[in-house]
Amino acid sequence: MNRLIARDLRLAVRAGGGFGLGLAFFLIVSVLVPLAVGPERSQLAAIAPGILWVAALLACLLSLDRMFALDWEDGSLDLLATAPVPLESVALAKGAAHWLTTGLPLTLLAPLLGLFLNLPSAGYTMLVLTLAIGTPALSMIGAFGAALTVGLKRGGLLLGLLVLPMYIPTLIFGAEVVRRAAQSQPYQTPLLLLAGITLGAIALLPFAAAAALRINLR
Amino acid sequence: MSLWEYANPARFMALTSRAQPWVWAAAALCLAVGLVWGFFLTPPAEKFGATVKIIFIHVPSALMAINAWAMMLVASLIWLIRRHHVSALAAKAAAPVGVVMTLIALITGAIWGQPMWGTWWAWDPRLTSFLILFLFYLGYIALWAAIEDPDTAADLTSVLCLVGSVFAFLSRYAVNFWNQGLHQGATLSLDKEENISNVFWLPLVISMVGFGLLFVALVILRTRTEVRARRLHALELRERMA
Repeated sequence: MNRLIARDLRLAVRAGGGFGLGLAFFLIVSVLVPLAVGPERSQLAAIAPGILWVAALLACLLSLDRMFALDWEDGSLDLLATAPVPLESVALAKGAAHWLTTGLPLTLLAPLLGLFLNLPSAGYTMLVLTLAIGTPALSMIGAFGAALTVGLKRGGLLLGLLVLPMYIPTLIFGAEVVRRAAQSQPYQTPLLLLAGITLGAIALLPFAAAAALRINLR
Repeated sequence: MSLWEYANPARFMALTSRAQPWVWAAAALCLAVGLVWGFFLTPPAEKFGATVKIIFIHVPSALMAINAWAMMLVASLIWLIRRHHVSALAAKAAAPVGVVMTLIALITGAIWGQPMWGTWWAWDPRLTSFLILFLFYLGYIALWAAIEDPDTAADLTSVLCLVGSVFAFLSRYAVNFWNQGLHQGATLSLDKEENISNVFWLPLVISMVGFGLLFVALVILRTRTEVRARRLHALELRERMA
């Protein structure tokens, strides 16, 4: 499993594209929003938590379709399916690798973009914390969606339609925590619920993703 | 004699061809009685005026929008566990009906909301969760349409339906967090003292039964079409082989 993660990380860094692309996309979306809604600082401060979360969501989505598709094309997915590692672990490893290459960098970049969007200073800790807690759920849900659409020729658009509705609970709780923190309100409940969703996703979705992979490999 | 015998497509077709006219007739009767009674023979409600009459479409369609998804969930489970093809086809057949019910509920709600709340749309938890349900329906239908092999499609959509149900359910409660509601609570229940007033209760229940029967009739019709399409496909394949 560790080797699988390491292999995916190496592929992401060396083969180009996947790694930096998500980050650049995150940056661009966050730059586009002030250009669209105007540079009013108070207005930007009000929408900053939501914008950052939506941008993180879309950046996550961007690199999902290559999660299994590349392995599917060159046949290594078949090898992984017959390997001594259960397919559930493979799905979990893929999700973890995806998180390390998108979710984690997004989390680290987010405070800088918060600065651009004039996020109130009370919100920074929670912005980083919610992204750190919430993005693993996004990666796992994405792994499930990618496993569903791996056999399709043009799965990219469909993947968005399938995965984005499932991102809604994570988005609501994540953005809610940051918004409440930015306004100095209590935020413990949505934070715990966000963590609950992530833990549930990590525990259960590898099984769903592996089931989808098995169906596709049949 | 068990229920599972009707999972045999031949038996299913035989049973439904006999039952179908009756279900349609019952649906038409209930809808006619419920809607005519509701629209023309009930008094305007206080505070609402005559706009209340849209309730006879709004509430039943909303009910069926949710129940259609529940039916798809059960049918998907049956397909995954017992591999009855009719079940998978019934789930496929129910999805477009469900999506139309969701749209009807959203549109009638908007038409009702305009005079009552002064807006076509509010980001109220109930409205929002219906919009989310609509998105889940779209994804489900799109996945069915995208996969060529019918058994793979049935398997993958069933898995999606199971996982999607969990997330749709989560979303439904998550949106409560995010905004307070304009929408009134349920006024129709079996166990509460205070219900919608009696004048509206009976025609509303009849309309709900009518919508339920209409849903059953449409699903039967569409499932029969799917079974026939599957047979046609098999015949074509056989011809090509020969």
